[in-house]
Amino acid sequence: MLPVRFLTLENSHATVNVGHNFEIPFVSTPATAEIRKTALNAVHRRLGAKMVNFGGWDMPVEYSGILSEHEAVRTRAGIFDVSHMGEIEIRGERALDLVQHVTCNNAAKLVDGQIQYTGLMTPSGTFVDDFLVHRISDRHYFLCVNAGNQDGDFAHIRSNNRFGAQVENTGARYSLLAIQGPKAAGLLQRFTKVSLEAIHYYHFAFGDVDGVHCMIARTGYTGEDGFEIYFAPEHSEKLWTDLLDAGSAEGVIPCGLGARNTLRLEASMCLYGHEIDETTTPWEAGLAWICKPEKGEFLGREILVQQKQRGIERKLVGFEMLDKRICRDGYPVAIGGRELGRVTSGGPAPFLKKNIGMAYVPVAHSAIGTSIEIIVRGQPAAARIIQMPFYKRPK
Amino acid sequence: MYPADFRYSKDHEWVKIEAGIGTIGITDYAQSELGDVVFVEVPKVGTHLKAGQTIGTIESVKAVSEVYSPVSGEVTAVNDALASAPEKINQEPHAGGWLIKLKLSNPGEASALMDSAAYTAYVAEKSKEHSA
Repeated sequence: MLPVRFLTLENSHATVNVGHNFEIPFVSTPATAEIRKTALNAVHRRLGAKMVNFGGWDMPVEYSGILSEHEAVRTRAGIFDVSHMGEIEIRGERALDLVQHVTCNNAAKLVDGQIQYTGLMTPSGTFVDDFLVHRISDRHYFLCVNAGNQDGDFAHIRSNNRFGAQVENTGARYSLLAIQGPKAAGLLQRFTKVSLEAIHYYHFAFGDVDGVHCMIARTGYTGEDGFEIYFAPEHSEKLWTDLLDAGSAEGVIPCGLGARNTLRLEASMCLYGHEIDETTTPWEAGLAWICKPEKGEFLGREILVQQKQRGIERKLVGFEMLDKRICRDGYPVAIGGRELGRVTSGGPAPFLKKNIGMAYVPVAHSAIGTSIEIIVRGQPAAARIIQMPFYKRPK
Repeated sequence: MYPADFRYSKDHEWVKIEAGIGTIGITDYAQSELGDVVFVEVPKVGTHLKAGQTIGTIESVKAVSEVYSPVSGEVTAVNDALASAPEKINQEPHAGGWLIKLKLSNPGEASALMDSAAYTAYVAEKSKEHSA
């Protein structure tokens, strides 16, 4: 078999080299960089996880299999070690001014204990990264950023810090577990006195979980209800093991980055390096809901205002395959026989039992129902633009 | 793990030869590396394949991989069961997950392939690289 080009997650690319006679350049990590490990690395290996170099991190891609992990999260719950994600904290009297200056959403709307999805902007109104802003207080904002972008984000925020705010790269201080799925709240509640019912979607609270001090956030990257808990790395094994042991009777299982990717794609969530990057704007990416020029000055604002007035030329759309073949990241998109775009993310949607993808296409060809073709290994395969999100959880 | 009456390629295909007919599949190592298989494309009966030529494509949830024919010949059968149950490649890679049968045009080619012991050592080495 050929070496397999495989599984693109966040902003890194990974392959499994099944064959040996053929090299595909892929990993964005410099060969000289030391591979980083989360506090749970040995635990993942003990569990028999398949590991992959992901953005410079040695991460579990799957344990029992992507399909079974995906199903567990949609119907029960799954637990992910996502400690590779970065944390950046901004403190000080003018912390909000700095957050407002570098991001496109309106962080002034946040109250203590609330979370906002936003974009870190270049001066051109494109994405340096996308991340979550947690308002701990009006003088302390906590960002959870993409693993591969952490150092770049930190440098970008610092270089734009004309507000005297204190900016710290605190990624090494936290482990992060995501407990996701309809049974997540029930499972986690057994380990904490904090009322999880009182933590609404995109809100957080501090409290002990299993005797460990945590920031408990009702967020996730799967399209399900769930929590992401941040805590000191030395408690990782205890929390991971206790949560999984307690959940196993209900079918709660460990999940890897493979299922994380199929879950977020099925839920139509953007992945940095795929749907968004330094060439795409929030308007093009369908992220107008996080872009608020009316809040006042921020990096790229003028360009974004102009683009909105002028109108965008291309737009991110979702599509489903009508052909049995599977579309993958990077495949060309043709409309009326002309190549007009590229697939940003594509693959099976295990819960919906079809093959789906997202792509940028000219606005003139972006209507729901438009017939398009995905060029799969040189052959056109029929597809149709459909409404996103592909999957929305039942309320 | 790896049947003694099969021959194996460095690209992780196996062939079992009986009365001039070679049955071809991918190895347990290959299916494990691919993960959950969701789609298989195989050639039509009657197709002539040379050793090293592409048989078809196997797609898992996370990966797409081409499969090469380890030997030359004419396709006499394809495993139709894989169209509705591609997971057979994960479940029984060396049995029910076979891909195609070939009427061999050059049976001598198989002697260039690895035997079970050599292939077992080969994948042990691969696994070591992986976990390094």
